[in-house]
Amino acid sequence: MAGALIQTTDLVKEYLVGEQTVSALRGVSVSIRENEFVAVMGPSGSGKSTFMNLIGCLDSPTRGEYVLAGERISSLSGDALAAIRNKRIGFVFQQFNLLPRTTALDNVELPLLYGGVPAAERHERAKRRLIEVGLAERMDHNPAQLSGGQQQRVAIARALINDPVLILADEPTGALDSRTSLEVMALLQKLNRDGMTVVIVTHEQDIATFAQRNIHFLDGRVVEDHPVRNVSDAEALLHQARTPETVT
Amino acid sequence: MDLLATLRIALRALKVNKLRSILTMLGIIIGVGAVITMIAVGGGAQARVEEQIKSLGSNLMIVIPGSTTSGGVRLGGSSAQTLTEDDAWAITREVHEVQVSAPSNRGSGQLIAGNNNWSTVVQGVTPEFLEVREWPIVSGRGFEPQEVSGAGKVALVGQTIVRELFGGADPVDQQIRIRKVPFTVIGVLDKKGQSMMGQDQDDVVLVPLTTARNRLFGNPQGKLRRVGVISVKVRDGQNMKDAEGKIRDLLRQRHKLQPGADDDFSIRNLAEILQAQEASSKVLTLLLAAVASVSLLVGGIGIMNIMLVSVTERTREIGLRMAVGARAGDILKQFLVEAVTLSLIGGLLGITLGLAGSLAIGQFAGWRTSLSPESIVLAVGFAAAIGIFFGFYPARKASRLSPIEALRYE
Ligand SMILES: Nc1ncnc2c1ncn2[C@@H]1O[C@H](COP(=O)(O)OP(=O)(O)O)[C@@H](O)[C@H]1O
Ligand SMILES: [Mg+2]
Repeated sequence: MAGALIQTTDLVKEYLVGEQTVSALRGVSVSIRENEFVAVMGPSGSGKSTFMNLIGCLDSPTRGEYVLAGERISSLSGDALAAIRNKRIGFVFQQFNLLPRTTALDNVELPLLYGGVPAAERHERAKRRLIEVGLAERMDHNPAQLSGGQQQRVAIARALINDPVLILADEPTGALDSRTSLEVMALLQKLNRDGMTVVIVTHEQDIATFAQRNIHFLDGRVVEDHPVRNVSDAEALLHQARTPETVT
Repeated sequence: MDLLATLRIALRALKVNKLRSILTMLGIIIGVGAVITMIAVGGGAQARVEEQIKSLGSNLMIVIPGSTTSGGVRLGGSSAQTLTEDDAWAITREVHEVQVSAPSNRGSGQLIAGNNNWSTVVQGVTPEFLEVREWPIVSGRGFEPQEVSGAGKVALVGQTIVRELFGGADPVDQQIRIRKVPFTVIGVLDKKGQSMMGQDQDDVVLVPLTTARNRLFGNPQGKLRRVGVISVKVRDGQNMKDAEGKIRDLLRQRHKLQPGADDDFSIRNLAEILQAQEASSKVLTLLLAAVASVSLLVGGIGIMNIMLVSVTERTREIGLRMAVGARAGDILKQFLVEAVTLSLIGGLLGITLGLAGSLAIGQFAGWRTSLSPESIVLAVGFAAAIGIFFGFYPARKASRLSPIEALRYE
């Protein structure tokens, strides 16, 4: 399919656990266009995270093909994969995965460190991103001094720092309350409106409605793939919540 | 990733576990300290021997009466006085390699100056003796020819005598009695220090050979003018062995020894003995350094141990760094820099310990130590090398993790 940013063909991932082979993915063919907002859904253990890790170049498939922006990923070396993770993909984890005892600023700078960006430019760009995600006041705070929502926003700022073409978020709201979940989703929707391709994993139906397309996994296979009829607007919902008088 | 940023990350990681880092460094600190101290001790011993060689004169040989051992058995009659003053003059005259040779006699005697008395070594010598031993006079003058031929009652004294008998005051022109015979002190000898046998070479009084023979030690050898020792100085650049052979041939001929008969004298090449000592003190230095290096090695193993623990503890961090674009090489570098930082800081502290250690040994044990900049450079280089060597395996282990496995690590 022309114009596809992500194109997987019969992706298979098997894990060897002791003497047993566990099939996490049993042939997944998915195509995602640029500037799509996709929510991957399915019960626990259905292979969602495995799929995300593969398209995020964090892991390689047992079999099958993966083409990202026209590049065959399966044939690339470890260093080339590292460069892709660094420059083209921003990954947001459920558990935030920030470096402990390290300021928000240093955490956001991390990808630039490995991209060979000089120190002054690193600070400058990281500051701008933190201001964008609304953490101008928290740059010198350690993760331990930040709330869950703030930590996740630091993680998103870090994912955005290198202007990637693709944001991948594995259950980004899984560890957040509904209010901060809305904030994070509003941020992701804004990024998507500005042209970013976003793929998230979620098992919550209401979170999935913020995406334009839902892909359902079951037992390592795609069982459903449909567009979302009425895409919710997280920003509007947030606004409502802030001014409860207008709701009633 | 640039080295400065890597170094900052390493320092931060080391600061997180301060006590652990310090304990790990302790191995390197002690190791480097021990290496530096031991090399200083060995170097001190070496320097002492070297100084002795210098004080002895580098081209000195001595000839003494009696044969040395033959097949391990000292032959009878060896104590016979077989060397004469003329043997000494003949050596100077006929052996081309010899610059000068000096006959001397040696005895002991009681010295009295004023109310003080002192037992010392009395040597009867000729002016050549001072030339052979490269022994300058620091105050007063040497023997005049007529004092030597006329058995003058004049004496040169060593530094120990000046201290013990004259309380450090200049003794020139003072009267002393040697074996109850009155002498005038005409000069003071320069300080020579200890001989290689540990004797105080400055505890000596020199008188003309004729005076010693005629006035102090009686005249048992009559007209033959026998002497106890002939000291020989070989010309610079001449082969000591050649000179030794020629002296042997000359003396055998002069003593009319039949071919096959044992020598009735023996020749000692003192410089050679000292050089052997020097070589053995070098071996000692090496041995001490090697033993000390073992503790450095143990320190290195400590670093490896802690780095392995650190890699395991920080598996998730490694996974995260890889997820945001760190290459395997970046991770390898990070842990390697951390290990080298650990060992280098340890090395620098170890230098301080080594300096303090060698000072303390010099102070309290009274051993001479000699610090060499090379040993410091060597020890620190060694410490860095140990950091790289023992840090490499843990660092490589970290760099080979797969990002997703590392991230999932509990
Ligand atoms: N590293 C692994 N080793 C063994 N089995 C794994 C591993 N990762 C995932 N699996 C298995 O693969 C299946 C899919 O896992 P995952 O993709 O994490 O599911 P989801 O994210 O949808 O909950 C599960 O059965 C899980 O147990
Ligand atoms: Mg999952």
